[in-house]
Amino acid sequence: MIRVQQQDFDVAAELAALPAAGGICVFVGTVRDVSDGRPVAAMTLEHYPGMAERELARLEEEAQGRWPLAGVAIVHRYGRLQPGERIVLVAVAAPHRAAAFEACRFLIDRLKTEAPFWKSEETAGGARWVAARREDAAAAERWDS
Amino acid sequence: MRLLYFAWVREKAGKGQEEVAPPAEVADVAGLIAWLRSRGGGPADALADLRLVRVAVNQEYVALDHPVGGSDEVAFFPPVTGG
Repeated sequence: MIRVQQQDFDVAAELAALPAAGGICVFVGTVRDVSDGRPVAAMTLEHYPGMAERELARLEEEAQGRWPLAGVAIVHRYGRLQPGERIVLVAVAAPHRAAAFEACRFLIDRLKTEAPFWKSEETAGGARWVAARREDAAAAERWDS
Repeated sequence: MRLLYFAWVREKAGKGQEEVAPPAEVADVAGLIAWLRSRGGGPADALADLRLVRVAVNQEYVALDHPVGGSDEVAFFPPVTGG
């Protein structure tokens, strides 16, 4: 299940919608309050409508092919968000925890380097586009095989 | 052909999208970029350093030798930073 939306999501409701397979592993990304030592006033997420959904669906399909999963939920927000607000949910239901943990990590690692979303942070120094991090690329490459 | 620009590429280009009709000799992404650079203006500035730009044709990531033409949707954007 893939959704790209402006409004917030309810984590409990998203988990309740997944199959009762045995376990659910969840990652929720939130807006950080400090960036490079400066307080963040707000963050704006831009996305490529259409391609964002396609890339998330492609990643879900790849995860389903690599691990025995019962269900996947990915919700990604766009628009202007305040520190602490939820940005993204990745939830994976599986009969056994190893697959749930691994698939959840795979999905958030690859989402960060492949799904077309861009963050702009507002600090006292003005607004700036967040640069892609080398660590994120390395985390995503771990899943190449 | 429909061009889309996102994030700082959009800001540098000075627009989020435009319809273009490149000359017939533009056959692939590299050719399209060369033509956009020769045209000048914001999009030429945005595409000055290709190490900083990703390209998608019809909403799929492609390399510079990917063919383009007709009514393709071609998007230029920085490395993504979602999640």
